[in-house]
Amino acid sequence: MNAVVLDHITKTYDAGKVLAVDDVSLEVAAGELFGLIGPDGAGKTSLFRILTTLLLPDKGTASVNGKDCVKDYKAIRRSVGYMPGRFSLYQDLTVAENLHFFATLFGTTIDANYDLIRDIYEQIKPFSDRRAGKLSGGMKQKLALCCALVHKPEVLFLDEPTTGVDAVSRKEFWEMLRTLKQQGITIVVSTPYMDEAMLCERIALIQEGKIMSVDTPANVIATFPVKLYAVKTDNIYRLLTSLREDAAVDSCYAFGEYVHVTFRDDAAPDLRAWQQSLAAKGHGRIEVKAISPTIEDSFIRLMNEKQNV
Amino acid sequence: MKQLLVFIRKEFFHVFRDKRTLLIMFGLPVVQIVLFGFALTSEVKNITLTVIDQARDVNATQIINKIKSSSYFIVDESAVNYDEVTTAFKKGTAKCALIFPTGFGNDLQHAGQAQVQILTDGSDPNMAKTVVNYLTAILTAYQQEISPGTQLPYRIIPEQRMLYNEEGNGSLNFIPGVMALVLMLVCTALTSVAVVREKELGTMEILLVSPFKPLLVLLAKAVPYLVLSLANFTLILLLAVFVLDVDVKGSILLLFLVSTLFIIACLSIGLMISNTTNSQQTALLLSMMGMMIPTLIFTGFMFPLENMPWIFQWISYVVPSRWYFLIIKAVMLKGLGFSYIWKETLVLLGMTVVALAVALKNFKIRLS
Amino acid sequence: MSDKVIICEALTKQFGDFVAVNHISFDVGKGEIFGFLGANGAGKTTAMRILCGLSYPSSGKATVAGFDVYKQQESIKKNIGYMSQKFSLYENLTVLENIEFFGGVYGLSSAEIRRRSDRLVNKLGLTQEAKKLVGALPLGWKQKLAFSVAIFHDPQIVFLDEPTGGVDPITRRQFWDMIYEAAAAGITVFVTTHYMDEAEYCNRITVMVDGKVEALDTPGHLKAKFGVGSMDEVFYQLARGAKRSAD
Repeated sequence: MNAVVLDHITKTYDAGKVLAVDDVSLEVAAGELFGLIGPDGAGKTSLFRILTTLLLPDKGTASVNGKDCVKDYKAIRRSVGYMPGRFSLYQDLTVAENLHFFATLFGTTIDANYDLIRDIYEQIKPFSDRRAGKLSGGMKQKLALCCALVHKPEVLFLDEPTTGVDAVSRKEFWEMLRTLKQQGITIVVSTPYMDEAMLCERIALIQEGKIMSVDTPANVIATFPVKLYAVKTDNIYRLLTSLREDAAVDSCYAFGEYVHVTFRDDAAPDLRAWQQSLAAKGHGRIEVKAISPTIEDSFIRLMNEKQNV
Repeated sequence: MKQLLVFIRKEFFHVFRDKRTLLIMFGLPVVQIVLFGFALTSEVKNITLTVIDQARDVNATQIINKIKSSSYFIVDESAVNYDEVTTAFKKGTAKCALIFPTGFGNDLQHAGQAQVQILTDGSDPNMAKTVVNYLTAILTAYQQEISPGTQLPYRIIPEQRMLYNEEGNGSLNFIPGVMALVLMLVCTALTSVAVVREKELGTMEILLVSPFKPLLVLLAKAVPYLVLSLANFTLILLLAVFVLDVDVKGSILLLFLVSTLFIIACLSIGLMISNTTNSQQTALLLSMMGMMIPTLIFTGFMFPLENMPWIFQWISYVVPSRWYFLIIKAVMLKGLGFSYIWKETLVLLGMTVVALAVALKNFKIRLS
Repeated sequence: MSDKVIICEALTKQFGDFVAVNHISFDVGKGEIFGFLGANGAGKTTAMRILCGLSYPSSGKATVAGFDVYKQQESIKKNIGYMSQKFSLYENLTVLENIEFFGGVYGLSSAEIRRRSDRLVNKLGLTQEAKKLVGALPLGWKQKLAFSVAIFHDPQIVFLDEPTGGVDPITRRQFWDMIYEAAAAGITVFVTTHYMDEAEYCNRITVMVDGKVEALDTPGHLKAKFGVGSMDEVFYQLARGAKRSAD
């Protein structure tokens, strides 16, 4: 059975003026680690709120564990864990008080499902008497995850858990998610960081309320329709400027120290001649290599395709 | 049940860990009591004056006509004896009375001096003092009119009596007012802010996505403030008795029961406000504008309601604190029992039920 | 030394026993894009506040645009621009009203504001939206507008605090184009980010760990030094050892 089903869901705000979610359909299998990848304002939070029964969709149906998100909201509220986008714990309560409160709220105790949260909770246990407001970003996030897990939910919804968190904490957080997945919990997680997509089993790329692609990260990359090259010179900004004026170039986007380039003549670009033309324009230390795309490349390509339609 | 208890405990943590809330809650009554200790004076217009004319002679009639022609008083001559006057006082339908004893004119013309009695409601000392001053002025003017020159002046000696607050203790009237004000502030403002804070913080989302019944969220929010408000009420009462030497005449139990009802009314209004907004600022502003200011203006403890245009008087009828103020005045200062205040209590109860029903009905089990 | 627009020497900020910024020293040259990285709680925000003239250091020296951070905070503020992810523009003012307001704050004449705002609105392609409320714009546009407003008064330095958080990948790159352009025009860019690929776009970067500057070099040199292929790994190696995390 699918743990999460969205069937033609549409959601608008301000009496229909703002379209947040536009006819979205997707399915998440039980036990899957599923990622919603997209920038702020793409509609990720609206989807989470519909699935967690906090919002009613305008159109379409949604279900979690076979239960309807509108009619069976009480049953869903018993069986899901939810970590909203903002840090949503009581800053003036201590770590232990927060956890105890949420455990009781869900009609359970910390000890009952301690196995599930042990690995995470042990890390923040030394600070259990500290007020949550005084914790670091990474710690707060671990505490929030503990609170969302304390009642052993069947499906866990994490809305941008790694936003505003530094790279080290982000890495740790994803390791925790992988451990949780092994315990059979279905996890739906959203993130604006494209690099995190690779850590999910399947992903949905979402932009302006529409799903652009749903697949495994590997397949999303494999379906990138053209060849991609990474180009590097002594001055990226100057390189970008001249690539944009270059008739042979279809697209060019900065990726770290390289610029990712696709060519109009995708089948047989004359790389040698092209490289010489760059040199002629005064670029130095030119390096061109064929690369396999990243999720971010795919995302950009899909965004452009959507805009051109 | 255990969930509810844990929730309530959490609310107490919030209150006790937030120094500002504590300061507002327990500092405010002290400040108010001290500030209002300097009693307020106010003008009185068109006040109903009960007149008992046992003399029925020329002089008495002339004085009554003079009073009628002044803009200060509306003369009510329906009462015939002293007992009727005191009953009217207890009901609150009369605030002041002037009594001419039999033989008033005779005494004045033959003995050269005569007595009248002025009765005022001491539980509203500002008004009482003003009434006495006006009446004395009218009597003095009359006296001079009928005295030819400076020889053998006729003297009218007004005998004043304040009912209920014979010493004219100025702090009496505002204590029920402060009670209404502080309870209103604590219950309405703090409760609405406490709920809205969860929304602002984002914790409301988690609470809603838990099996905890949404309505219990409101209950859990209300209970701590009910307890704290009763503590607050006790504090004001103690301050009144030990700092301002107020003599609590009525039943303490009745005071507490009525106050609990008023607190629940205020809590319900606070919850109602919290349903309408997602920002603490708006909640606070609404409580202030919607509740505090009407309490100050329309209860009659700062500005006499009798003076207000009829539209304001009508507005005052829907302000819960007005009714609470009347009840507390009656019970605490006049020592009256439930039989005298049941009507006001019924009004307050009705308001509570309506506010609570609206608050519960509008509570959203989802976001927006 | 005249081309150094920021100079820090042993800059320190203490809150009680807690040393938020611990003897940091670095220079930033004119027109440089200077990346300021660090884990949560490493002291980035504190250091940035001092450099923006919003708080005093406990000890050490620093000048920004040639002005002393102890004595000339007001002059510093006139010569810098600031933009953060959290607050940048008034959502309930229109695009033009925001530009006018911030131009006015920095003392530009009305005529100058009009001239520049016309140019800016055209450049951003916001002609249609100029009279719309900023709150109604998509996030990416808001951030681009916020950056333009931050450099509207031609500051010597612009401080950007996580300017691209949550922005879509195309807009993020357009944003960096604007940064490059500003730098090419001689504006020094001091930027913090959580996107490690953006660290690569900087001329030089510092990585702060526990209040100290643990690394300061070009992205290329740092990668070579740590023997890794991406800034992500450089950052991970440096920040992994962080002991504190008071954010």
